[in-house]
Amino acid sequence: MARSYQDLLAKAREQVPEVHVPDLAARREAGDPPLVIDVREQSEWDEGHIPGAIHIPRGFLESRIAGVARPDQEIVLSCASGNRSLLGGTTLREMGYEDVSSLAGGFARWKQSGQPYDVPHTLTQDQRSRYSRHVSIPEIGEEGQLKLLGSKALLIGAGGLGSPAAYYLAAAGVGTLGLVDDDVVDASNLQRQIIHTTDRVGMPKGESAKIAIEALNPDVQVNVHPFRVTKDNVLDLIADYDVIIDGADNFPTRYLLNDAALMTRTPLVHASILRFEGHASVFLPYEGPCYRCLFPEPPPPDMAPSCGEAGVLGVLCGVMGNIQANEAIKVLLGIGDTLSGRLLIYDALAMTFTELKVRRDPDCPACGRNAVLEFRDYDAWCAGVGSHGVAAATATA
Amino acid sequence: MSVVRIPPVLRQATGGEREIEVSGATVSEVLDDLYAKHPGVRAQLQTPEGELHRFVNVYLNDEDVRLLSWLDTEVADGDTLLILPAMAGGAR
Repeated sequence: MARSYQDLLAKAREQVPEVHVPDLAARREAGDPPLVIDVREQSEWDEGHIPGAIHIPRGFLESRIAGVARPDQEIVLSCASGNRSLLGGTTLREMGYEDVSSLAGGFARWKQSGQPYDVPHTLTQDQRSRYSRHVSIPEIGEEGQLKLLGSKALLIGAGGLGSPAAYYLAAAGVGTLGLVDDDVVDASNLQRQIIHTTDRVGMPKGESAKIAIEALNPDVQVNVHPFRVTKDNVLDLIADYDVIIDGADNFPTRYLLNDAALMTRTPLVHASILRFEGHASVFLPYEGPCYRCLFPEPPPPDMAPSCGEAGVLGVLCGVMGNIQANEAIKVLLGIGDTLSGRLLIYDALAMTFTELKVRRDPDCPACGRNAVLEFRDYDAWCAGVGSHGVAAATATA
Repeated sequence: MSVVRIPPVLRQATGGEREIEVSGATVSEVLDDLYAKHPGVRAQLQTPEGELHRFVNVYLNDEDVRLLSWLDTEVADGDTLLILPAMAGGAR
């Protein structure tokens, strides 16, 4: 005679007593809890479970029970709503486990009743699949991926460098990305700023990038900061982030970021680009050199053309922005050797990578032993107003 | 002979040349030979008094000459002198 699911449940209910949430909670409170075995699937367990419970998916119950419980031990089986645990209970009773009961209403009722539960710090099933190629790398693994998901990166500029950097960091699952840009998408950006699209011309760059990132990876929280970085807002801005990615388009912002990164001891991942040439480095405050150890003073405006004036190869932005993303991930995970202490120069036309040594300058006006670090008028300084001379340099030293 | 690598912002002064063969036994002599070949470079690298601008870095191979013997640093045959001004470009 065929028997329905309902028949099986009814039969199981005759054999396996049910415990109710308040009773189990009271036993736990009294310090005399029975062994709780959660028989749900991995993904259900990962979303939360009764603290102290042991997880054996129902399909493995028969094969694994001997490893966790004696036949005379008191066991409460738990599942999502109390049905699978009943059926599992009949199996255990058949195997000779006498004192088996089932949690009525399962984990759902446990949670609804306001009882405490643990959410394990693990990747969800979707995340295991999405980040499987990272998880397979020993240097990253599940732990590293979780670290990335809990990390926050601030990108200065959602343009040539920020576009590829933000895109790849989003794909990599860096959990929070801050995008600082006060500009709107222009048609002339699209040759290199791949996070934006033709139909988003005219939209603020942060908003446009947010659309692309959310479509790519819903795990990523995007914070749009639609303004320029100034000495008045920089410290508040940086405070929430673990690493800064400098893709600014001007010297005042770069020197300001350097000083702010030192003040807050936030790692700064640097890159700059022009025509076929890119520079990249990492500035780890007080561990390695800073931007001012490398370039104590900005060049005069006529020696510092912008990409708007001099042009830039679109692909170069992708190479350099991704070098920044690469370095940021290493900084966040604490793995590998970063570009700290080295300046990487990429010549896309000659296809050469050149490395220069950058050393901490003991007399650096920003991070040297006698430096008095305070914000200055970066715009005037970089415009060459009464500066570039020794007097201006020592005034801040 | 050694080679001076010219950064993009200075290439206008060298007629577009990216690498220039020069002679000289010290950084100072090498730069003088560079100025002889491309006079327009001089004003962009040094002050009228002959001091290198603070915003220009000069590397002998991979080392900053500020940390060596500055303009007196010896240059050997086959060395590369790299002129490096800061670049700002990124966003726009």
